[in-house]
Amino acid sequence: MKPAPFAWERPASLAALLDRMATAPGSVKLIAGGQSLGPMLNLRLVEPDLVLDITGLPELREVRVEGETLVLGACVTHADIEDGRVPDVTGGALQRVASAIAYRPVRNRGTIGGSLVHADPAADWVNALMALGADVEIAGRSGRRILPVERFITGALEVALEPGEMLRAVRVPSLSHTTAWGYVKHCAKIGEFAHAIGAVRIDPAAGRGRAVIGAVEGPPLLLADARPLFGGRIDAAFAARFDARAADAALQAAGMADAVERHVHVTVLARAVAQAATPQPQPLPEAA
Amino acid sequence: MSAEGVGAALPRKEDDRLMRGRGQYVGDIRLPGLQDVAFVRSPLAHARIRAIHVPEAYRDRVFTAADLGGVQPIRAVSGLPGFKVSEQPVLATGKVRQVGELVAICIAPTRAEAEDIAAAVVLDLEELPAVHDMLAAREPGSALVHEHWGDNVYLETLVDVDIASAFDAPIKVSRTISTGRQCMAPIEGRGTVVQLDHRLDQLVVHTATQMPHIVRNGLSECLGIEQGRIRIVSPDVGGGFGYKAILLAEDVALCWLALRLGQPVRWLEDRREHLTANANCREHHYRITAYAERDGSLRGIDCEATVDSGAYSAYPFSACLEAAQVASILPGPYDFPAYRCRTWSVATNKCPILPYRGVARTGVCFALELVLDAVARAAGLHPEVVREKNLVRPAQMPFENITKKHFDSGDYPQALARALEAIDAAAVRARQSRGEADGRRIGLGLSVYCEQAAHGTSVYSGWGIPMVPGHEQASARLTPDGGLELRIGAHSHGQGLETTLAQVAHEILGVPVARTRLVHGDTAMTPYSTGSWGSRVMVMAGGAVAAACEELRDRAVRIGAHLLQTRPEECRFEGGHVVGPSGDVPLEAIARTWYRRPQDLAPDTDPGGLEVTAGYKPVRDSGTFSYAAHAAVVAVDPDLGAVEILDYVIVEDGGTLVNPLVVDGQIYGGLAQGVGTALFEEMRFDGRGQPLASTFADYLLPGPAEVPMARIDHMETPSPYTRFGQKGIGEGGAIAPPAALANAINDALGPLGVEMLHSPVTPRRIVEAVLAAGTGPEQAREAA
Repeated sequence: MKPAPFAWERPASLAALLDRMATAPGSVKLIAGGQSLGPMLNLRLVEPDLVLDITGLPELREVRVEGETLVLGACVTHADIEDGRVPDVTGGALQRVASAIAYRPVRNRGTIGGSLVHADPAADWVNALMALGADVEIAGRSGRRILPVERFITGALEVALEPGEMLRAVRVPSLSHTTAWGYVKHCAKIGEFAHAIGAVRIDPAAGRGRAVIGAVEGPPLLLADARPLFGGRIDAAFAARFDARAADAALQAAGMADAVERHVHVTVLARAVAQAATPQPQPLPEAA
Repeated sequence: MSAEGVGAALPRKEDDRLMRGRGQYVGDIRLPGLQDVAFVRSPLAHARIRAIHVPEAYRDRVFTAADLGGVQPIRAVSGLPGFKVSEQPVLATGKVRQVGELVAICIAPTRAEAEDIAAAVVLDLEELPAVHDMLAAREPGSALVHEHWGDNVYLETLVDVDIASAFDAPIKVSRTISTGRQCMAPIEGRGTVVQLDHRLDQLVVHTATQMPHIVRNGLSECLGIEQGRIRIVSPDVGGGFGYKAILLAEDVALCWLALRLGQPVRWLEDRREHLTANANCREHHYRITAYAERDGSLRGIDCEATVDSGAYSAYPFSACLEAAQVASILPGPYDFPAYRCRTWSVATNKCPILPYRGVARTGVCFALELVLDAVARAAGLHPEVVREKNLVRPAQMPFENITKKHFDSGDYPQALARALEAIDAAAVRARQSRGEADGRRIGLGLSVYCEQAAHGTSVYSGWGIPMVPGHEQASARLTPDGGLELRIGAHSHGQGLETTLAQVAHEILGVPVARTRLVHGDTAMTPYSTGSWGSRVMVMAGGAVAAACEELRDRAVRIGAHLLQTRPEECRFEGGHVVGPSGDVPLEAIARTWYRRPQDLAPDTDPGGLEVTAGYKPVRDSGTFSYAAHAAVVAVDPDLGAVEILDYVIVEDGGTLVNPLVVDGQIYGGLAQGVGTALFEEMRFDGRGQPLASTFADYLLPGPAEVPMARIDHMETPSPYTRFGQKGIGEGGAIAPPAALANAINDALGPLGVEMLHSPVTPRRIVEAVLAAGTGPEQAREAA
């Protein structure tokens, strides 16, 4: 379990990084926290010619609030969020998700950007940020572009980055106090990748909601308009009207043939809905 | 009891270095010119080797079976009638029979470079059908792991004690029960560093093993060199559990390589090699029927047990120890009149099976205790009632059971009663009947076992395997300043022997534990021993250390009497002093006299001096029988299959406890592994014999949050046969938890029509069973 040979460089600036990505011959991987890439290198599942360490780039550690939007640089760690070292516009939702990612040593090094680019379907940020309606900011030599997370995650371990591009920041919209949020994951043991994730962001006053069913084979199943899960209408009594059959049908339509798996995913989604309907945010029950 | 003697709860002296990161493991050894080894391993479970292509640039750094002239395969033969012998080649010849089998050795200055070379070697393999299902493997027409056998069965055994007399019992309960295949997962993997000592013309083999002397036997036989040319050094060992009680092909390969190259070589097992390539444990399958009266009294047990023993018979315990042991220990702590058990040790294209902590007992306990709960349900009785009816009673001790096992002592019903009281069964059942607000279901589970430990010559000579324990020996030597050195041939892989054996010595000699050093893990410095296995060391090495110290004490008294100008009969030994009628002399003074002032000794002094090697066997060598009752309370989420252990009680009897802290540590550690067996750990294989986990992301071990804070209650019924009344307890913690937890889960889910009969009881399996029983979430809540 030792990696195949590779070159290692540490660019001094974002511009230098983008130049190097464009000019380096052979395959290139960026490394930030290395919590997924490290084991993949050791197992020789990836054998890049060049690894570019981006943890020293100040641009990727930037954090700011732009109006209603929180902008988190790609190299912000899970622990930065868990420990409250970055501002919050989500009423603690990000903090609660971060605090239940894997184990503390992983959270100390793992980054929000790295998690999104790795795009494991069972990863917390992939699902939570999609449910929150977050965007990603992508940088390349030709400029920047912004994509919603659901268009960025194109498949299991697949993202919409073009050659020479990298994820620079995550843009998280605010959760108003009238917006309900629920996030539940199911693991066989603490710290394990989830077997099922349910995430909902529901605005009863506006009659709108988003739901994500995650830890599935492919990219998370997003219901950008969650009203079908609630009998076609979202209001203050949404939780009571949650329709497990509608969720089950959505999973069947998405190709999940295994009834046991559907049952678990629907249960977890139902619990996320129930959590959203409780006035006080609860600690994540499946990952306390 | 003195403050440091037998029975004292002393913190372990070895923890000072181990907890500060100052342990010295094989992986810490640095030698000039060391070459690292990576192996080319078979990617297929079963294939014929057509060719091995080694790139020209690496010709002198890659070695295959063709280079290994004169090296013999590993043969672990059993003398049981009908046993079929497997030959485990050090490097594959002709065929590969398991994923991970060694095909070629690659050397380089670093492991990473060696892996680069290994990756460049190309294997041309013709894949053969993989034998991956032990039941199918027994059927005619199955592909064959060893063609010349004609079938895939290492050994078939049958025990029948009047089973027909049970057939008219009013209650007959049959179940198919099985346990998943596991890996042992010690924190430290295997590792071997071999160097040459030209002065002694010796191979010095540093290897993480529980049995240095047995490894030397095996290496000598495989390499065809005399034992005197091999020295085994096992430094600190980071957990063994049976995984470090087998000779690996890697060990033989490294020795051959060091001889060939004339320079030191190293192989350190990585986690992927451990999980996929080297050894497995636990995979049992039972078809079991219990016959009983309506009051729960057992009339008989009838069983067919199959064990997936893997591709090769592992040295020294052999491929049949596990299955054949099933037949002899299935009756557990119970007394019933009729019994039949047929067993099969089956060869498959998987890693060899080896005896993991608890050996066959964990599987046997799982099968028997689950079927006892099924009897209880059929009879409309609480599970404890069926157990109370059938447990061997204290008045029957010592008791010879239906398979001629000799239970030395104990009060099994009392252990069960104390466990029920501690867990407060009545309160748990009241809570259970009230139901939970969160929809989870409460269950109470019990499990009782007894464990034969430290069994010796009379038991193992019957197996006819390469290793039979005889007298255990220990050496004790006073240093010139009155300190004590102990030497034993068994080895600690985490048991705290440096503390507990010093306590035994202190009990007799009064030397402070801090001034006693245990030398072990080195064939050059210790008496022969079969090593640390079978929960035997505290009984055997403890007895041997006591015997050596007693002889040392008697010699000290004779010298001391001369110094006190009196006769030995006038003296007694007390608190490290020889006390005579008119004065006393400390051990330090006696040691100083022997070594440094011999002119003060009596002319007829014993020339043996203050160094003694003594041997020991218990009064009977059929083994001690420790036992325990485990009681568990769980909350099960029927929708997600999540199991939370709410409470866990262990009432155990290890006889006289030499160090209660160490015993508790053994029990907690065993429990953690038992929880793994019960709920998490399983190495699954696909239809081509491919192991489906290669990292701990896929092979789940319980973590700190998943292991309950068990409450331990000790009974102390001394064994009548051992030096201090101590019984072996090292494995027991891992035996009962799978049965106790599965019974608790079944108690919780029984009203939904669910009965879990396969370990591990995973969330997925629970949800599957709940849905198959047709009781969805809504019905589940109503049934609460």
